[in-house]
Amino acid sequence: MKLLEEAGCVVEVPPLQVCCGQPAYNSGDRASTTAIARQVIDAFEGYPHIVAPSGSCAGMLAHHYPGLFDDDPAMKARAENFAGRCHELMSFLVDVLGVTKVDAHYEGTVTYHDSCSGLRELGVKQQPRTLLGSVRGLALREMTTPEVCCGFGGTFCVKYPEISNAMVGEKTSDIAATGAGTLLAGDLGCLMNMAGKLQREGRAVKVRHVAEVLADMGDDAPIGERR
Amino acid sequence: MQSTARDFKHNAHDALRDANLQDSLSKLKVGFSERRRQAAERLPEFEALRDRARDIKNHTLANLDFYLEEFERKVIALGGHVHWAPTAEDALRIIADLCKSVNARTIAKSKSMISEEIGLNDHLEALGIEPVETDLGEYIIQLRHEPPSHIIAPAVHLTKDQVADTFLEHHRALGFTKRLTERNDLVAEARQVLRQKFLDADVGLNGANFLVAETGSSMLVTNEGNADLSNTLPKMQIVLASIEKVIPTLEDAAVLLRVLARSATGQESSAYTTLNTGPKRAGDLDGPSQYHVVILDNGRSSVLGTKMQDMLRCIRCGACMNHCPVYGAIGGHAYGWVYPGPIGAVLTPQLIGVEEAGNLPNASTFCGRCESVCPVRIPLPGLMRHWREREFERHLTPRTVRQGLAVWSFVARRPKLYRRLTGWANQLLALFGRGEGRYRSLPLASGWTRFRDFPAPQPGGTFHAQWARQRSRMRP
Repeated sequence: MKLLEEAGCVVEVPPLQVCCGQPAYNSGDRASTTAIARQVIDAFEGYPHIVAPSGSCAGMLAHHYPGLFDDDPAMKARAENFAGRCHELMSFLVDVLGVTKVDAHYEGTVTYHDSCSGLRELGVKQQPRTLLGSVRGLALREMTTPEVCCGFGGTFCVKYPEISNAMVGEKTSDIAATGAGTLLAGDLGCLMNMAGKLQREGRAVKVRHVAEVLADMGDDAPIGERR
Repeated sequence: MQSTARDFKHNAHDALRDANLQDSLSKLKVGFSERRRQAAERLPEFEALRDRARDIKNHTLANLDFYLEEFERKVIALGGHVHWAPTAEDALRIIADLCKSVNARTIAKSKSMISEEIGLNDHLEALGIEPVETDLGEYIIQLRHEPPSHIIAPAVHLTKDQVADTFLEHHRALGFTKRLTERNDLVAEARQVLRQKFLDADVGLNGANFLVAETGSSMLVTNEGNADLSNTLPKMQIVLASIEKVIPTLEDAAVLLRVLARSATGQESSAYTTLNTGPKRAGDLDGPSQYHVVILDNGRSSVLGTKMQDMLRCIRCGACMNHCPVYGAIGGHAYGWVYPGPIGAVLTPQLIGVEEAGNLPNASTFCGRCESVCPVRIPLPGLMRHWREREFERHLTPRTVRQGLAVWSFVARRPKLYRRLTGWANQLLALFGRGEGRYRSLPLASGWTRFRDFPAPQPGGTFHAQWARQRSRMRP
């Protein structure tokens, strides 16, 4: 919110907004997904831009919604119009608003995980790095494979916990090898997964959403910790 | 091949504890993807070639009957034979009859995934015909009685030491009594053993990367040259391929070859690219006197014209599995049938039934890395989602998942209820988690907390609650 308002936006949150429906979509429940999608499209009617601080949710809205209405031309047109107005937060700031720097301070070395949907469905890669480059006191050190999935995958992580665990274990090793004190990413699912694993392994890496650091709120408690 | 896809979770559990497998996988994960990346970077038109490759395959699939018949006409004109096999059983019968017609005792095989799909080796052995795999990787796993774990690197799950032990065990009787430790020595020994097998074989059987309709040629790429020996030495050659392998022209083959090797191994082209065009002609120095092409359907034609048709574009490069973090964690055998990785998760339910292979399209995070490297741009996560939809429609999704989903979607369609329930859940989790800021165990969430802590929400309520409070302060 702070980032958007500082960039000159008037921000509103429609009270009837709910989840984008991705859990149903990826579980094969097409009927529920379509019903939820109609509701979401209605809730955001009239707004020129719809911004989500998550590549996964934004990818669902911008990438997958139109395909839900292949049998309903009128609704498909609405969904396409809606999809065209949806953005992931980092991409919106940099690609749409042209923001290149923020007024923030964060002391220390961070590493950045590219969440899958943001990266591959929406092309979010350079935007967060551009903005992080303007944060005073912050140094970015890349992982060997920042683009490899952390093993969250929505319901995947509880349906196939052992495989998910192997994947996130590999990710936390890569994170630890950078020596960074903070892990940043743009998607809460991945962040909770990686934070949970880092904490279970007893690793002293703080985990934050990238927006917290860019909004100069790096003094708040990290994910899964108390101040 | 007998499927164990139903036991996917159990297979994966074992794979995660197999130290040799994990050692092999750790090398594969870095090697293949890095080489592909470099190969793609070296070729500026690579992305455009991927589009062309996709378009060629789409065009062919839209006119598949025409190109298959064209291919057949050309093969017959060359003096060869084409056999149509609607099912795996038909293909087995046709091949067995061909082998019997020349009283074959041994057949030299070069790599063919279709022969794995139809279970050819077991069938031939039962008839007293010895199939000899001549691709090094296939040869190794044949000795070990294992299925391939990767479509282009069938023995990639094994370490060098395991191969050394296997060779010592099986080659001792042939006079090779020293346990070898160097890769090159192992290759040299296999070459010596296999050379005689080539000379002895009555039939050569190989797969095909492409069947070229305009010339009636079958095209095959290898890095070992084994296919060329198995094609030219025996008196009968059998090419075994599935219907979607046909492409219109040699020009098209050139486009597909340019993306195939780069996607597979990062090579600009494979070491050997061979065109087989009919039997030995008058004046040819060598070549088979009989040339047969067996073309298998096995359920593929039923996806033509449906949303699942895209799966038939696959050119079997293996890039999807090389880049899949799930494959990288558990290897190929855990998938339980012939085709592992993302393409396996899409093909296997089609070929052996979604009841048997339902786990496969579910065991994906939809990270999309497979689609991002596929040379023919198959929307693999989208196709896996289609299978999940088929499972949901047919009530194959586990009951607990269906019930949970039903409750969740009931709530998600009622925004006020959704808001109230998520608010309560948030407050409860924040309240009981306030000590450490996270949970080490949570009821109903053991899948998560067995391996990870669960972060508790920060105090202050949901985003919506905080937003509402902030707004009411601003607008008194």
